[in-house]
Amino acid sequence: MGLTGLFLIFFLVVHASINGCIWFNDGGKTFLYYAHFMGTNFLVHIAEFGLFAGLILHIVDGLLLWKQNRDARPVKYSYSVVPEKSKWYSRSMGILGTLILFFLIVHLRNFWGPNRLNQITTGEELNLFDRMQEDFNNLWMVLLYVGGCFSLFWHLLHGFKSAFQSLGLNNVKYNQAIEIAGTAFAIIVPLVFALMPISFYFHLVH
Amino acid sequence: MKFNLKVWRQKNAKAQGKLVDYTIDNINADMSFLEMVDVLNDNLTRKGEDPIAFDHDCREGICGMCSMYISGRAHGPHHAATTCQLYMRSFKDGDTIYVEPFRAGAFPIIKDLVTDRSAFDRIIAKGGFVSVNTGQAQDANNLPVDKADAEKAMDAAACIGCGACVAACPNSAAMLFVSAKISQLALLPQGGPERNNRAINMVNQMDEEGFGNCTNIGACEAECPKEIKLTNIARMNREYLVASLINE
Ligand code: HEM
Ligand code: SF4
Ligand code: FES
Repeated sequence: MGLTGLFLIFFLVVHASINGCIWFNDGGKTFLYYAHFMGTNFLVHIAEFGLFAGLILHIVDGLLLWKQNRDARPVKYSYSVVPEKSKWYSRSMGILGTLILFFLIVHLRNFWGPNRLNQITTGEELNLFDRMQEDFNNLWMVLLYVGGCFSLFWHLLHGFKSAFQSLGLNNVKYNQAIEIAGTAFAIIVPLVFALMPISFYFHLVH
Repeated sequence: MKFNLKVWRQKNAKAQGKLVDYTIDNINADMSFLEMVDVLNDNLTRKGEDPIAFDHDCREGICGMCSMYISGRAHGPHHAATTCQLYMRSFKDGDTIYVEPFRAGAFPIIKDLVTDRSAFDRIIAKGGFVSVNTGQAQDANNLPVDKADAEKAMDAAACIGCGACVAACPNSAAMLFVSAKISQLALLPQGGPERNNRAINMVNQMDEEGFGNCTNIGACEAECPKEIKLTNIARMNREYLVASLINE
């Protein structure tokens, strides 16, 4: 869980950096340059397999975890109070992850799927910048993306710190730093992603 | 004081249990929760009914025997206290109090509020000790221990094996208990030679007993009567990971 989670976190950094290039406001030139590299480079294609494998492992692992943990208490309490120190989002990682998954399916259908299909059938890449401009004119689509990022925020708020605890990479000296870095990461990355469709919707990117 | 109690009654491990309502009056505010149940049982016995089975022993917060999930929390509403250290003054006159056993597949119910927590003993039997004991206690200066490590080991050793961590955890994980037992030895030189096998064997036994997996939620730490810290779990994970990488 921790290893695959950190791997996905690493992917998020790359993904956010490249997509952030839309804000150069050069009609997507810089963005498309990197998108072209990511879409055609052989090594990146191999890494892409790794990414899907990592994502699937993460999901399978998460579902196993969820099932084992549910089965570990066959008879539930009739009445239970949640201690304040235990956070709702820590208890809801499975649900938050599932929300992210639904979002990811729509997201991949929007960009990744059609692009790869086009590459296979015609050998040409799609202009993903144009597609973004089109898709994010639709308010519902923008709201869906913002919702996906919101789920990601909660998922990461627990996940980032949790991964360090799970891997035993936890030390009284560094806990504070991990805490701050985790919270900052959980806020910044989903926020950057959420701002993309919003920027397109309000025509702040061109 | 007067209370309405909803107590879990279950004849034996296989029977279907249910919450049964009792009312009790004339309870002294300074009685412990266990003494209140004693009074209730006395009343039941006089009426010819079956008294409520519950675990207890030292009644001073050191043995870990008393359990009970009271008002939705392991050992009741008091922070860092066992059920024998919970007093009726913590409740309001006329309160309705839920009393259930610690619930986990790995802690099967024997009767009413009594659960079988021998899974913990089987985990300890897999390595929660130092195998050899040679000669007399030697001079303390022969084995220097860093003061900070000694403190951490002592803090971990405060665990009384009560199982509140399992009861409070939404996953019924036993990581806080096992990590305390692994940590108290991992931090001291005496525990060094066997640390790798200890970590692997105890963790494997924990999984075999059917406890859930830790997802770093923190309910255990919040409810532990001895305030065992989550950092012990990180230490156990580290011990286990290192041991799995290098053990032959
Ligand atoms: C496809 C959707 C996803 C699902 C279904 C999912 C599910 C889960 C589940 C069930 C857990 C463990 C729950 C727990 O600790 O209580 C988890 C943990 C975690 N997830 Fe996800 N997740 C998804 C996507 C992601 C993404 C995109 C990232 C990062 C970019 C991520 C990062 C993490 C991290 C770091 C952890 C913590 C690992 C640990 O505690 O050791 N997850 N996820
Ligand atoms: S860690 Fe705390 S709650 Fe768990 S068994 Fe030990 S004393 Fe009880
Ligand atoms: S009876 Fe011993 S700790 Fe409560």
